[in-house]
Amino acid sequence: MKLESILAAKGPLVITTGAGTSIPDAIALLAHHNIGAVVVVDPAGAPSGILSERDIIRHLAASDAPAGATVGDWMTTPITVATPADDVDAVLQTMTARRFRHVPVVERGQLLGIVTIGDLVKAERDDFQGAIESLESQLLDA
Amino acid sequence: MSGGTFPPTVLNVAIIGAGPAAFYAAEALLRDGPPATYVDMFDRLPTPFGLVRHGVAPDHQKIKNVTKSFSQVAADPRFRFFGNVEFGRDLSLDDIRAHYHQVLFATGAQTDRRMGIPGEDLRGSHPATAFVAWYNGHPDFQDCQFDLSQERVAVVGVGNVAVDVARILCLSREEMEQTDMPRHVIEALSQSRVREVHLLGRRGPAQAAFTNPELKELGNLADADLVIRPEEAALDELSRAEVDASGDRMLQRKVDMIAEFAARPPEGKKRQLLIRFLVSPVELIGDTSGTVRALKLVRTRLVASASGTLAAEPTGEFETIETGLVFRSVGYRGVPLPGVPFHERWGVILNESGRILDEASNEPLRGMYTSGWIKRGPSGVIGTNKPDSVETVAAMLEDAAAGRVFAPVELPREAYPATLESRGLRCVTFGDWCRIDAVEQALGAREGRPRAKLTSVAEMLACLEAPAENLPHAAAAAG
Repeated sequence: MKLESILAAKGPLVITTGAGTSIPDAIALLAHHNIGAVVVVDPAGAPSGILSERDIIRHLAASDAPAGATVGDWMTTPITVATPADDVDAVLQTMTARRFRHVPVVERGQLLGIVTIGDLVKAERDDFQGAIESLESQLLDA
Repeated sequence: MSGGTFPPTVLNVAIIGAGPAAFYAAEALLRDGPPATYVDMFDRLPTPFGLVRHGVAPDHQKIKNVTKSFSQVAADPRFRFFGNVEFGRDLSLDDIRAHYHQVLFATGAQTDRRMGIPGEDLRGSHPATAFVAWYNGHPDFQDCQFDLSQERVAVVGVGNVAVDVARILCLSREEMEQTDMPRHVIEALSQSRVREVHLLGRRGPAQAAFTNPELKELGNLADADLVIRPEEAALDELSRAEVDASGDRMLQRKVDMIAEFAARPPEGKKRQLLIRFLVSPVELIGDTSGTVRALKLVRTRLVASASGTLAAEPTGEFETIETGLVFRSVGYRGVPLPGVPFHERWGVILNESGRILDEASNEPLRGMYTSGWIKRGPSGVIGTNKPDSVETVAAMLEDAAAGRVFAPVELPREAYPATLESRGLRCVTFGDWCRIDAVEQALGAREGRPRAKLTSVAEMLACLEAPAENLPHAAAAAG
């Protein structure tokens, strides 16, 4: 299974922001869309970093207030990106091993979408459920 | 999941398509929807079950068992099937909006992805799906011509479809006589002069999509030796590390089996089925008449992508296979439906978890849903469509409970789609299908086969008009 089969049913909208966005605005963006991370893109639309809940918490714990700080100051960069043809299994293994939860999917420098570890786990679960469903229907005479 | 939290109103749903995703959705709607949920399923063919009938390999009859549970869904009095009705031609989106609260599109991935290399359209180069549809008796593909006088065939891809195509090309007559293939297909394949079938994979043994039972089956064919090159069966360091790290015993078993087959000397059977790894087609070379004569390949090596996937990279080392028949099986995509937003890049209906989205606003379109391959692209096995359809149906029932549905005119259920018949259409009901099914099984039984398929819509409709005791095809086969 490839990442494109996950992106296909996720809708085309990817929430992005620029490095110059203020931290309070970025937090408002995450809250508004009910998401855990936002992809930071450069003016050409290529992803340059990710700002996740974890980045925000880490910086809040280390400093006093977000006054003046921008997304560019707090985001994780460089980031690992994937392509639509990447294998779900391999990406899941990489995310688990390197402990990150969001991967932007990029093709020819353009951001096509983002997959979360939740998306990948759900895809794997559905894949297993589907395989079991099919094996059962082969074994049992309905 | 149980219904009951939403008001028990009437819910009329149209489903376009009659394959696994359509039936799993119908099952979920009738189980989880309000008691007065009614499902009308439309298919452009007179026969239900989509790729279970026209995609699943004819020598894999057990996989087709799933139609028994689909037939149980069809037995629900709230379910109706209308075959021989094509969306966009016989039935418009406006018709649906006028008569139903919701519509679900489950039309599958009906076309193949192209390789994008020179010579792809030469005579003798075909999408594997056309061959599959032909040997499975799909009415639209019975006039296809495949040059089976060729001794060497190349099949590009190592997924399920590619493996099926390669295996069918290697079946003995005895093996074919156990299948439900149309008689003319069995005759054509029996005359085949094919001696070598080359299955071409871009990546290595550890990345091959086929399952262990499928591989084992290729190694046990009556008329064909399975041949794998030892140097291509050996894992590179990256693949070895990937297999070890995965802890996946089935994957370990697969690479071991591939190595065992590679070490096995051929027995000198009539045909050879060769699985190649780490090769990628770059060009089909034709002769002056525009017919394929050879396939040029580049050898590849595996490199790790940023996300950890092992991807094939060309090495610059080329080879050429002399062949006049090439089947490509490098992926599938959906076909856009009139009035339904489409996502070109993914080849699916534009959707989010099954809710069809408006192209301009990206907001869900009232009453419109999708499931199966036209929703997520071609992935998984038949059963994978069950969780997929259950997800879409959950969204449908949530929206219905909130009143986000079309506003159809209230008509007695019998009144629609009687209007379709008034337009001169011969709708095929599920009862009609059962009659076609019985005829096919009877025809098959005479030959000791599970079924012999009718391959034209006219034949199918004719057997519905004939008196039960005097079915023309049964009589013809007897004579």
